[in-house]
Amino acid sequence: MEINELMFVIIGAVIILFSIFTVTSRRILRAAAFLLFVLVATAGLYFWLEYQFLAAVQITLYAGGIVVLIIFSILLTSNVGEKIDKVETKKVIFSALAAIAGAILCITTILQQQFQATDALAQEVNMKVIGKSLLNYGENGYALPFEVISVLLLAAMVAAIVIAKKSKTS
Amino acid sequence: MGDFNFSYCVWIPLIPLFSFLILGLFGNKFKEKLTGILGTLALGIIFALSLYTAYEYFFVHGLVNGTYQKIIAINVTWLQFTDKLHINMGVLLDPISVMMLVVVTTVSFMVHLYSIGYMKGERGVERYFAFLSLFTFSMLGLVIATNIFQMYIFWELVGVSSYLLIGFYYQKPSAVAASKKAFIVTRFADLGFLIGILILSFITGTFDFITLTDPAGEAIHRGAEIGFMGMSVMTWAMLLIFMGGAGKSAMFPLHIWLPDAMEGPTPVSALIHAATMVVAGVYLVARLFPIFHFSAQPALNIIAYVGGFTSLFAAVIACTQLDIKRVLAFSTLSQIGYMMLALGVSGYGSHDGLGFMASNFHLFTHAMFKALLFLGAGAIIHAVHSNYMNEMGGLRKHLPITHATFLIACLTIAGLYPLSGFFSKDEILAAAFHKDKLLFAVEYCVAGLTAFYMFRLYFVVFWGKDTQYHHKPHEAPFTMTIPLMFLAIASVFAGFIPFSELVTSDSIPFEGEIDWMIAIPSIAVGLLGILIAMIMYRKENNYPARMAATLKYLYRWSFNKFYIDEIYLFITKKIIFRYIARPVAWFDRHMVDGTMNGIAGMTNVISFRIRGLQSGQLQKYGFVFITGALALALVFIYLWTK
Amino acid sequence: MLHGIRLEYFLILATLMFFVGVYGFLTRKNLITMLMSIELILNAVNINFVAFNKFLFPDKLEGHFFALIVIAVAAAEAAVAIAIIINIYRHFSNINVENVDEMKY
Repeated sequence: MEINELMFVIIGAVIILFSIFTVTSRRILRAAAFLLFVLVATAGLYFWLEYQFLAAVQITLYAGGIVVLIIFSILLTSNVGEKIDKVETKKVIFSALAAIAGAILCITTILQQQFQATDALAQEVNMKVIGKSLLNYGENGYALPFEVISVLLLAAMVAAIVIAKKSKTS
Repeated sequence: MGDFNFSYCVWIPLIPLFSFLILGLFGNKFKEKLTGILGTLALGIIFALSLYTAYEYFFVHGLVNGTYQKIIAINVTWLQFTDKLHINMGVLLDPISVMMLVVVTTVSFMVHLYSIGYMKGERGVERYFAFLSLFTFSMLGLVIATNIFQMYIFWELVGVSSYLLIGFYYQKPSAVAASKKAFIVTRFADLGFLIGILILSFITGTFDFITLTDPAGEAIHRGAEIGFMGMSVMTWAMLLIFMGGAGKSAMFPLHIWLPDAMEGPTPVSALIHAATMVVAGVYLVARLFPIFHFSAQPALNIIAYVGGFTSLFAAVIACTQLDIKRVLAFSTLSQIGYMMLALGVSGYGSHDGLGFMASNFHLFTHAMFKALLFLGAGAIIHAVHSNYMNEMGGLRKHLPITHATFLIACLTIAGLYPLSGFFSKDEILAAAFHKDKLLFAVEYCVAGLTAFYMFRLYFVVFWGKDTQYHHKPHEAPFTMTIPLMFLAIASVFAGFIPFSELVTSDSIPFEGEIDWMIAIPSIAVGLLGILIAMIMYRKENNYPARMAATLKYLYRWSFNKFYIDEIYLFITKKIIFRYIARPVAWFDRHMVDGTMNGIAGMTNVISFRIRGLQSGQLQKYGFVFITGALALALVFIYLWTK
Repeated sequence: MLHGIRLEYFLILATLMFFVGVYGFLTRKNLITMLMSIELILNAVNINFVAFNKFLFPDKLEGHFFALIVIAVAAAEAAVAIAIIINIYRHFSNINVENVDEMKY
């Protein structure tokens, strides 16, 4: 087994395992930590695929931003030492059934599909290309999604402030 | 028919309708006096129009080749159900409808005029005049109906407006009860009418009067041969139709609503319950007379006997009543019985149709003098503020005009020569004499009784003891006395109208003459009745009391109206309510309602269960969403492949 | 084929991650843990984008950029969601999803 294959298997195993821990852990802060592992492992996957920029964004934004935000809010709203109540068995069974059935459905579909790989040369993904693409409005340019997502982020920030702000009356 | 266009006649019913709408919708914005004047003005216009129509019809354009034509002035298809089944609205002019136009508009106009004075200061005068206009509209629509269904529609409208007017004093429980009684009784009779119409039109395939009553046509003879329970189907149909007529005309045993209907304002009694609505039944029979005669002779005999019995029965009751309006109500019953009897004994075609002519003649004259009597009674009540004649007496000094007109009316109804009542009554007696001697004898008795009870009323009210009143009675205002005088003149001279040349069973005029062999004894009987009344009631004495003591049981039975009301009450309360209505109510409550409640309950339970889906629980929604999405994916990827 | 790893492996990995996220979304009662499950789901989708890009269209960058944009959306979503969660906490003094059922009316 080559080192690359081994790396993939390890990363994949980490992702699956910690995903499961994330959704089953009864201590909420640990769940957040497990999520962090998953996200970092995903970043590793991106490195493995040689998308360094994406991996960096994944780490900074997800691991550094969102998870920290989540941990803050956990600290604000939950009693960290306390375990979360056990979920009812009925709910677990039905949810698991739905999830497993969905997974089986998707995987069988994926396996039946013949993917046509191209032998086109891989585009080098360095910072220069990414920067040009993001601000390019011609072919292979992403100026419009870039602008839209910036507006969306602005709106989300305003919304978050407005929602979380204490109303004057209460 | 000539080329004269009678289509303007459509305005005769429409003007009161507009008047009703205006007064009904905006009446409360007008001054009280204005509403009365508006209503009266509308009636004045149609009164003039009717007289004009009558003139044009009878003397100028109606008579062609010796026969009065049936003119359809206007005819509109109102409801088209199928090619064959459609209901029309229109205006039919023939001798009886033109005559009825004159009767209705005359009396209605007089009553409107009279009401201005009578209703002064009452609450809801605009409502009163609106209802009066509605009634006039319905009655005119009934009279000019071109087909039996139009007649039925207006028939019911007349019933409704009568109900509204009887219940005019809706704060008085007895008035409310009376209006309900009138409505229910006539409605019950109308059920028979409707079934009769359905049978009749099913057999003949038409609603149209002209087709129905054409003696040479085939419609009239159909159904005569289909037997059902010993009589032909046509006879049954006509009997059912007569049931409707008997309900409106208050024939025994459906008469019970009429005396109670006197709870309404007195002018209303004059208009509806004396002159117009109650003769609707007579008009109905007259309108369908050819069918009765050619295809339903047994029904005609029944009509004759019902009419005869009612006239005697009501006359006996009228002798003992104390409420003056009730005396007049029973007198009306008795006189309508006369008319029905005359129709019942009538044959078809010129002299054989004497009864038909006499009936319509009596209808006409009776409308005049009975309206006069009621309006006079209204003037008395207006002056004395009481309905009971034992609280009256010696009023001739206080109410000279009323007294004079009332006397004329009494003489007229008693049938003295040469007043109008004499002529019409004489014709009826003559018709009865040729057909059935028993009925003839009954009518002689009734003639005597009529004279007696009318003059009993007259003497007690205007002569008798000198009663002390709380405040001095005063003569009515001129808006009330003018109609009285007009109707008095009409009562006196209406007898000279040559009816036999105008209104006959086959529309062919004939020469009428007075049979003095019958007329003289009838005058004598009338005079005898007057004489007895005079002896008993002219001065206060103890004859009446002794008389009542002698005829103890008869008096008591008569005074209590032969307990007919009690019998009805017994039947409805003790039998119908207990043994029919209650099981039906049980069935309704437990089976019909039960089914409905069961359905409702089931829906409730199911929805209660379903409500669980809309729990607001995000995760449940999510679960349903995801399984749904998966199911759809499954279906579209694997199951629904070509 | 990339270093002997096929596209299907990536897709299966992403699918498993996705449905683990779904399972978490359906079972967790705490709103924050539900939010974490949603992050898992988004991440799974991102892996798909990137893998498709790398294996099928290596000469283009659509998948790459869409993954970037999804990350940005996830960040925005997390910010708004946490604002809402804090508001709910103020209102109910806990963040149990079963208490938040008043929207049904």
